[in-house]
Amino acid sequence: MTAVAPAAAVAAPPVGRPLTILLRRAWRAVRTKVGVVLVVLVVALAVIGPFFAPHSPTEFAGIPYSHASSALPLGADNLGRDVLSRFLWGGRSVLGLALLATALGLAIGVSIGLVAAYSRSILDDVLMRAMDVILAFPSIVLALVAVATVGPKLWLLVLVVGFTTAPRVARVTRGASLEIVERDFVQAAEALGESRTRILFGEILPSITSPLMVEASLRLTYSIGLIAGLSFLGFGVQPPSADWGLMINENRQGLTIQPWGAVMPVIAIAVLTIGTSLIGDGLSRAAIGLERGGGER
Amino acid sequence: MSVLEVENLRIEIEGTGIDIVDEISFHIEAGEVLGLVGESGSGKTTVGLSLLGHQRRGAKIVAGQVRVDGKDILERSPAQLRALRGGTVSYVPQDPSAALNPALRIGRQLEEVLAAHRFGSSHEERLREMLEEVLLPTERSFLRRYPHQLSGGQQQRVGLAMAFACRPRVIVLDEPTTGLDVTTQAHVLATVRMLCRAHGVAALYVSHDLAVVAALADRVAVMYAGRIVEIGRERDLFLASAHPYARRLVEAIPEISGEHELVGIPGTAPRPGHRPTGCFFAPRCDYAVDICREQFPPRERVAERREVRCHRWQEVLAEAVHDRPLAAVRTNGASADALISIRNLQAAHGERPVLFDIDLDVAPRQCVALVGESGSGKTTLARCIAGLHRNFTGELALRGIPLRPGARNRSRDTRRDIQYVFQSPYSSLNPRKTIGQIIGQPLRLFFDLPRRDQHARIVHALERVQLTSSVVDRYPHELSGGERQRVAIARALVSEPALLVCDEVTSALDVSVQAAIVDLIAELQREMELGLLFVTHNLALIRTIAQEVAVMSAGRIVEHGPVDRVLDQPEAEYTKRLLADTPSLESALAIAE
Repeated sequence: MTAVAPAAAVAAPPVGRPLTILLRRAWRAVRTKVGVVLVVLVVALAVIGPFFAPHSPTEFAGIPYSHASSALPLGADNLGRDVLSRFLWGGRSVLGLALLATALGLAIGVSIGLVAAYSRSILDDVLMRAMDVILAFPSIVLALVAVATVGPKLWLLVLVVGFTTAPRVARVTRGASLEIVERDFVQAAEALGESRTRILFGEILPSITSPLMVEASLRLTYSIGLIAGLSFLGFGVQPPSADWGLMINENRQGLTIQPWGAVMPVIAIAVLTIGTSLIGDGLSRAAIGLERGGGER
Repeated sequence: MSVLEVENLRIEIEGTGIDIVDEISFHIEAGEVLGLVGESGSGKTTVGLSLLGHQRRGAKIVAGQVRVDGKDILERSPAQLRALRGGTVSYVPQDPSAALNPALRIGRQLEEVLAAHRFGSSHEERLREMLEEVLLPTERSFLRRYPHQLSGGQQQRVGLAMAFACRPRVIVLDEPTTGLDVTTQAHVLATVRMLCRAHGVAALYVSHDLAVVAALADRVAVMYAGRIVEIGRERDLFLASAHPYARRLVEAIPEISGEHELVGIPGTAPRPGHRPTGCFFAPRCDYAVDICREQFPPRERVAERREVRCHRWQEVLAEAVHDRPLAAVRTNGASADALISIRNLQAAHGERPVLFDIDLDVAPRQCVALVGESGSGKTTLARCIAGLHRNFTGELALRGIPLRPGARNRSRDTRRDIQYVFQSPYSSLNPRKTIGQIIGQPLRLFFDLPRRDQHARIVHALERVQLTSSVVDRYPHELSGGERQRVAIARALVSEPALLVCDEVTSALDVSVQAAIVDLIAELQREMELGLLFVTHNLALIRTIAQEVAVMSAGRIVEHGPVDRVLDQPEAEYTKRLLADTPSLESALAIAE
């Protein structure tokens, strides 16, 4: 009802589920399509790649750092294993761990953010200042401390990356929810005596899905980088398993002689992160467009 | 020659060829106020902005002329338009608190206007004049204030001062009194009228409030779905409109005298791109015949300076005016035992007390209206009852059983017995839930019903508020404002409450919808034998619905009694003032005679 609502608001509102409308809008942007294609490409590579690997990832197939040949299309790595096979095998761990860690971070962060925004009390400050403390440390440092104390366990990797992801998610969740908790429909649910949990997850959470989806894709991007980084440093997947982060570390010495062992994983990780961030960008633009007057008040 | 002439203006949604408004023609003389009325989405603001050569994002002026003193402003370059805006043509926006820069002092903002148009020589002197004109304090300390240190009325006066600063030829006022209290509104309107007359300004007053327009305008143009359907002198139009839509609109205006039943207009206005062939109003029109569905009626002259677009205007005009049903006598079937009783209630927002010594009863089957201006505490009182405001002391009891603050602390049955309908249906329905889920929520909480029965109850609740069961799977954004408010009412009534609290339920809605909603609530109240607390700032509505009225001012009930007594022989000074300041068609027309 404002005086300067865009004229688009005059046109008929889009029909359907709000989330579907958002996804449809996001899909219209070229960047989203490119992002989805890139992510699908890398995910497909990681998931079905192992079925096409010519060798076992741990099998010694040639002379270390030997160049590409018909037998070894991408040459051999520092120990003489087939680079192509290791590359095809090495995506699963990065992707799986990053997804798990992001999911964990989202679950923790969203819960904390919602509780903080809805509490309207000292609890809000306590929770958010606690998040600030975690944010004060670079996530890789926290991860290194944890891994150095307990040892390189995969579950620990997921836990630590999830834990360092949570504060940022919590911030975004709280910020988006602050405006929602003041809306009348939350009050209406309170007047009906709806339980707190249902108000948090049934009333407020569905209203902040757009910023959360944007945040999730961004966090996934960072988690991939972090997990690959930790593997590179030797705190993640342990040799002789194939893993992109690990491969970069193993083969960086021979970068000048036989670059493929390090370059292929770098390309894959880069393409993957570019893809997820493009999707996030497309989503956030669509969400802003909707807020400015496409069908929802 | 008229100061402002608009001819055959057409504005489209950019790149689609779909028109928002079309064939808009009118003119305004010097010193004349033209009221442009219509429901939300009719295109009135779009027309208003086009007088400044401006359009909102996504809209484009594709044809027509807007001539100020004979020169077409649509042909001007962007630089020439900038010089024109605020100088020759000025604009007063709807929400002054959003239009003023919160970081700059008032004096600075007023100076900016003068500087931008190099108007006047001695600024100091000129600023004082500007403030005097709009009846604001002229002290220097006032100029040093920031917008947030001013009241809403003062902010709008600053907006008026800025608009009149450079002695414009044309001024566009876009609902400038929406959101102001009636008293403030009356003063601002008087100022607008005085300034337009004094300086010979041609004014376009855009509003959805016909009573306000009746009080201010010399002539009125009625817009429907992007077309001006009738234009004429204010008296002619309100007493005997020649267009069926204009007539229905007038009938939907509540009157303080309340002799006539409010009649809403069924259906909704078609949106751009969904307009039918023929007359756009035909699907909702009682007069519609075949030709109405085939071609849009041409402009026809009814009388001097009066035009209408209706094939059957002669028949409409021939029909008796004010032939509307008399309001049914609202019997007070209330029993002696109060449903809800409030004794000596005090409430506070944080440390600041907002309610003092409130005593009020609502009996079963009785409707009590609670009226007052914004900030009088009426909403806080309603929220105390509903358990949404916890910070209160004093007695509050439902059927003699004390109610604890906070809905969560009350029993399930108590929560079910008291239901609350919020002011704005745009915010009281969760946008991510379907209508079925929204109405199903109280069912899930209050009754242990099998799924099939739940669905039947939801459909029944929808039918009770005159919605079809097809909306069950739709989302709130797919419904109009009136339909959303019906859903909110259905949600409140599905739990079969004893008391319904309605908090300004019509203030976010158009007048034609408002009438229908008030009617619906009154009918349901009788049918379901509800106790009803009807909170409103609109005195004109209460005779239609309530038997008793409590008038609130500054946190106290200043007058309380039967509706007829309070409205006809008000005792409290405050009530008298409120009645005098409420704009109404009757008083506007009485003055004009």
